[in-house]
Amino acid sequence: MKKIGFRVRYNVPVMDDNFTLYKTMLLIRRFEERLLSEFTTGRLVGTTHAYIGQEADAAGIFSITEPDDVIFSNHRCHGHFLAYGGEPYRLAAELMGKATGLVGGRGGSQHIHYRNFYSNGIQGGIVPVATGMALAEKVHATGNIVLAFVGDGTLGEGVLYESLNIAALWKLPILFVLEDNRYAQTTPVEKGMAGSMSGRFTAFGIPVWERDTTDVLDIRSAADETLRAVRSGAGPACLILHTYRFSAHSKGDDPRSPEELARIRPFDPLTVHGVRLTDEECTKAESEVSIIIEDAFSRAEADPFPMLNLEH
Amino acid sequence: MTTVLDRLNYALLHAMETDERVYLLGEDILDPYGGAFKVTRGLSTKFPERVLTTPISEAAIVGVANGMALRGLHPVAEIMFGDFTTLIADQLVNHASKFRWMYNDQVRVPMVVRVPMGGRRGYGPTHSQSLEKMFLGVPGLKVVAANALGDPAELLTAAIADDDPVLFIEHKLLYARSLLELGKGDLIDFKVDNTGGISPAFTLRPMDSARLTLACYGYNFELARAAALDLLMEHEVFVEIVLFSQLSPFDLEPLFLSLARTRKLLTVEEGTLSLGWGAEVVARAVERMGGLQVRRVAALDLPIAAAKSLEDAILPLVQDIVRSALSLVN
Repeated sequence: MKKIGFRVRYNVPVMDDNFTLYKTMLLIRRFEERLLSEFTTGRLVGTTHAYIGQEADAAGIFSITEPDDVIFSNHRCHGHFLAYGGEPYRLAAELMGKATGLVGGRGGSQHIHYRNFYSNGIQGGIVPVATGMALAEKVHATGNIVLAFVGDGTLGEGVLYESLNIAALWKLPILFVLEDNRYAQTTPVEKGMAGSMSGRFTAFGIPVWERDTTDVLDIRSAADETLRAVRSGAGPACLILHTYRFSAHSKGDDPRSPEELARIRPFDPLTVHGVRLTDEECTKAESEVSIIIEDAFSRAEADPFPMLNLEH
Repeated sequence: MTTVLDRLNYALLHAMETDERVYLLGEDILDPYGGAFKVTRGLSTKFPERVLTTPISEAAIVGVANGMALRGLHPVAEIMFGDFTTLIADQLVNHASKFRWMYNDQVRVPMVVRVPMGGRRGYGPTHSQSLEKMFLGVPGLKVVAANALGDPAELLTAAIADDDPVLFIEHKLLYARSLLELGKGDLIDFKVDNTGGISPAFTLRPMDSARLTLACYGYNFELARAAALDLLMEHEVFVEIVLFSQLSPFDLEPLFLSLARTRKLLTVEEGTLSLGWGAEVVARAVERMGGLQVRRVAALDLPIAAAKSLEDAILPLVQDIVRSALSLVN
């Protein structure tokens, strides 16, 4: 899979080569780490759901989406947003509750919107909305497709299955991306799910591509096949990515043992993909990302808080 | 005679003819059936591409409509029975009503959800309720109710043209009702003030000074008028009636004007009494006007029975309104 495209990211055209993929993942990693640390300084309130460990999913998928594709993400949306090409500064400002945030401080971590990117914090409820968006794109013949991101925990929500049925019935251009990080908050998949994960989609006639990998190139390759399938007009498709979440569900709620965390650490997507880069390239990525993160958070911190305007 | 059903059907037809962004979604809405209450009859024949019959998936119907609206279409979803709005609550409360505000006014959700509500047809506990009170006071969600005085077609047309989500309440017993005409029938004894606007309120003023204001919406306007007639003929009590088309957000100015004259308020609704529409109306009226005498007529706090004798005992009847009115004025 050699597809390489130009895209606009932070207003700078870049190529999705090995370095860029690594840098995208590193940006997500360092952004989330900075975010978690900011909670201890008191500059951030509320909650967050870090994407640490899952970076390859977003980096791989968004390296080959089209600029006008429509994205519906969930509570764990920062990684998707940054890989989509969203501005780290605007996200940082939103998380700090600043007027300059993506949605002026009204949404916070889980409820953001930028261009064709949307997120909401209700498990499952986003899926019929994304399905309706796919219908609108089909009606308007835009050629855009919709990507709806769900997790293994979302498989417990009934409206997901209503939506799969309708998406398949009406042959809608939507890709369901199921990121299985093996835990619904603290509940392991085997305690929350009976039957087959892929069978939930194939039961509706939705073709499934399934990968158990944290290698961004493998993920990009699988995503490319699924995106082609959806763009062909054949109807929805599903991409199941079995991955690992290294951090807690949100901030401190992680009952997993240190042994388990150590066992999954070798699957770190930065390690897996980092071997393809030279030491100099890794250092360069660190240095560039560090500048972006510092700029994002320092600018955001200086920004004003929003005021409630009841004239609205 | 033009019925409420005719006008609703016409509004949908007109919207589809004049705006290709308008889509209909719902269960069993295709011809020849045309929907459980026939509101969509004829439309799938005229617009086969834009009338979408759905599986029995209320949450997804409204969710899909939500997504269509976010991306530039104007969907009108039908929920077959208002009782099933429990199944769409998440889509209304956590999605449709939130998007515009939580995305900092960068999006619009021009979506209408039509729901037949109400009892008195012996359908029993889960097909007879008036659940609209559960959706009042949800920020970002407008709730309107059709009635036989204002033109239901205009109300629905305005809802479809609205930038924001609208929950559109249709009482089942209204469908077959003929539209009322000013100066005719039992309206002959009233002067009717109309606030105008896209969801107008009407104030019916009797020929002599009124001792009481009845506040109502939807089908209960039919009961309120019957009660007013009885109060006049049997008890020589003149009442004003304020009829609302918009339930939420609350805009009670016409009621306050009436209460300035009568100082007595009786609310009439078919939902259960506790924490209902009337409770909020009374609270706001008292906050605004001070020292009023108030009462509420509503359904008993019970599930609605199928047997007619029980249903009649549970839902408000004309005589319940008369009795409460007399207790207020005497």
